[in-house]
Amino acid sequence: MALQTNREQDVMASNQEIRELVLARFGERILAAEEECGQLALTVSRDDHFELLKLLKESADLGYDILMDLFGVDYLEMGGRERYGVIYQLYSLGRNHRLRVRVPVPEQDPRLDSAVPLWAAANWAEREVHDMYGITFSGHPNMTRILCPDDFSGFPLRKDFPVQGIGYRENFEKIENPKTK
Amino acid sequence: MGIESKLGDGIITTTLDAVINWGRKNSLWPMPFGTACCAIEFMCVLGPKYDMGRFGAEAMRFSPRQSDLLIVSGRVNIKMMHILQQIYRQMPDPKWVISMGACASSGGVFDTYSTIQGIDNFIPVDAYVPGCPPRPETVIDAVMKIQQKIQQERSREYR
Repeated sequence: MALQTNREQDVMASNQEIRELVLARFGERILAAEEECGQLALTVSRDDHFELLKLLKESADLGYDILMDLFGVDYLEMGGRERYGVIYQLYSLGRNHRLRVRVPVPEQDPRLDSAVPLWAAANWAEREVHDMYGITFSGHPNMTRILCPDDFSGFPLRKDFPVQGIGYRENFEKIENPKTK
Repeated sequence: MGIESKLGDGIITTTLDAVINWGRKNSLWPMPFGTACCAIEFMCVLGPKYDMGRFGAEAMRFSPRQSDLLIVSGRVNIKMMHILQQIYRQMPDPKWVISMGACASSGGVFDTYSTIQGIDNFIPVDAYVPGCPPRPETVIDAVMKIQQKIQQERSREYR
């Protein structure tokens, strides 16, 4: 923050200000609101997360109109929390402020409401999370794999997925050399 | 010498194989299958500085049906292998394959579920080019190795 010019300080909303605005409307349904590396991160349960995202996007004084990124995490070896998480990185053009929203997702029934109705940018990002972690987004218009082949089984970015796979790269027909046949 | 002395000046005798192989080796039509950074390096092989055209292999065909030299430059993953095999099958015989770079030859550093550990597991390869990525000279060397190989081929080996 020390590197910022005075002008940027004037324009940029402070984390404290945003935190108060959100807590005033969402209260105890925000499970945690902490600052990580200078950025405000809100943790919210998956029952409330769509409502929170909608509030963040649509209320005039917050206006988080850009979904910068959306990705999954596997907390397999971290213990003491739900196995998966989905994290939203939001940016408000009006407030010049960045915000992180964390949503824990349980190992049994990894399911979450889709953010596509709010940001079209969530479409492919959610498909990637689905492809890599096996988290399903309900309400998504096309919940299919995006990177792996359609007939692929398994979710490669899960921590318990074997790096070398289980036979995917060996499972092809061998074409013999016509000259040595 | 022999029959040539009776035919007079301007006529030489040779074998059919020698003539066919001479024609084939000096007019290779490559099909570039570029999937990664090796393909960028391969562009340089065709550029004026290294110029693969000096060896008669400058006519890039992006249709496998018009080519006889498949140059696989870059890593091949499990989604691409079907396409590579299809392209190989579409090329008319006789055909040759260069596996360019560490990834195409062995998977390189990508020892992962999605990367084929050497295309020679699934299609025949005639020349391997080491390097990550290989220097243009080594690619030209591989083309010349293919030419030597063509020179020794016999057409009756093909049906």
